[in-house]
Amino acid sequence: MKDAEPNDARPSGQAPNPGPASLPGDLIYRHRLPVRVWHWTNALILLVMLESGLMIFNAHPRLYWGKFGANPDPAWLDLSGGDGIPFPGWVTLPSYYSLADARLWHLAVAWLLVLSLPAYLVWAVVGGHVRRDLLPRRAELRPGHIWHDIAAHARLRFPHGEAARSYNVLQKLAYGAVLFVLLPGMILTGLAMSPAMDAGFPVLLDMFGGRQSARSIHFICAFGLAVFFVVHIVMVILAGPINEVRSMLSGWYRLPAAREGRP
Amino acid sequence: MIVTRRHLLGIGTAGVGGLLLGGCDRLNEAPGVRQGLIDSEGLTMRAQRLLIGDALAREYAEGDMSPNFRSNGSVSVESGAYRAHLAQGFAQWTLRVDGLVQRPLDLPLAALKALPQREQITRHDCVEGWSAIGKWQGPQLSAVLARAGLLRDARYVVFHCADRLGGKPYYESIDLIDAFHPQTILAWRMNDQPLSEAHGAPLRLRVERQLGYKQAKFVMRIELRRSLAGLYGGKGGFWEDDRDYAWYAGI
Repeated sequence: MKDAEPNDARPSGQAPNPGPASLPGDLIYRHRLPVRVWHWTNALILLVMLESGLMIFNAHPRLYWGKFGANPDPAWLDLSGGDGIPFPGWVTLPSYYSLADARLWHLAVAWLLVLSLPAYLVWAVVGGHVRRDLLPRRAELRPGHIWHDIAAHARLRFPHGEAARSYNVLQKLAYGAVLFVLLPGMILTGLAMSPAMDAGFPVLLDMFGGRQSARSIHFICAFGLAVFFVVHIVMVILAGPINEVRSMLSGWYRLPAAREGRP
Repeated sequence: MIVTRRHLLGIGTAGVGGLLLGGCDRLNEAPGVRQGLIDSEGLTMRAQRLLIGDALAREYAEGDMSPNFRSNGSVSVESGAYRAHLAQGFAQWTLRVDGLVQRPLDLPLAALKALPQREQITRHDCVEGWSAIGKWQGPQLSAVLARAGLLRDARYVVFHCADRLGGKPYYESIDLIDAFHPQTILAWRMNDQPLSEAHGAPLRLRVERQLGYKQAKFVMRIELRRSLAGLYGGKGGFWEDDRDYAWYAGI
């Protein structure tokens, strides 16, 4: 099934008009400007937040559940073995040990995330992006359908032609989880670690079961985002990086042809 | 799967990404970038204060307290004068209050204990990430400041400490908003015991809505100032001068 309403406010006089039944090889207008702007600013924000966050974690590489947690208390994750600095310089910002500098970056760039995520979510919900492009349809959520998509991805068979026009169910679920679970989770658990915000909004503490639980969930959500980031990059490379990157820069996407039986 | 040109291009893109990471250190040290990052702290402070007003930090129950409240930073003081006071249980010691005040004071520990006391079980959050919950008792800083009487130009309260780190004296400072907050106390008692040396005997600042490095230990002198400029590195605290830690540590 395909959208009754095309999501392409196509600029006039550009590119061939594929018409309703687009063919493999056709260029379609896939990503609107807000999606593209959000994608690249968010990519940069996440990179800085992950790298500086790993440096901050290096300062105390133990995680706890509950209201308090420090060296004498039991940790559910303890990476303080070895030289005590678990994340190496090539994944941290800065690459040399500096909690102070990492906090400078983390807390400044956090502002960009805190301001841009709500703005994008409002646009995505009100503007119909969520309903049209991200919300899985009932049929897509059948276990059989999801399993079929997983199996196809595992065999590196990606949708082509008309089926590649919209996101498949795995993409919808992944992008939805990032936008509505992981990123809001990062922001709320981040705020719950601020002693000042906890004073003003103690609900932040109750929501996550204490400051140290919030810190643990912050790390778990960050891990989820890092996994997403890696899988996302691998998928882009496998699906055709030129076409994929171009579509996220210009909006125009060439519907991929089938790998076998290609004319 | 056959490795095609586009796969190689993708790998190349990832490689360039890796090189960009190396550039981050240079960005981190660029003065303009750095100042921009530091400036955002002011935004954080104003936004948080607007949002939270004079809200109190959460106070916990006895059952929530950390069984073992770790100490860190300076855990002992070398100076001979301090060691002598410690040996005498701070019986001859006085807290100096001076600077932009109407009446400079020398308050013995007994005078601080005689002021109305506040007891609070609060969470101590270290900048490194760990937290410990403990019970603190002492007079409110506002009561001590009221005794001294602030002069009109007083804007900052500076805490001069007995400990030294890397050969430099430890100090910290807060503004009058935090100085007059009801939970800002000069704690001489912790977990129902006189403050131990490791936790900052005889007196430790508690400013409960900020991080651990603001909770100055071994407080010897309180100085009221119009500005932080001209004092040590001018950034209002040991870690602020030494490492560019944020002066406002609400997050």
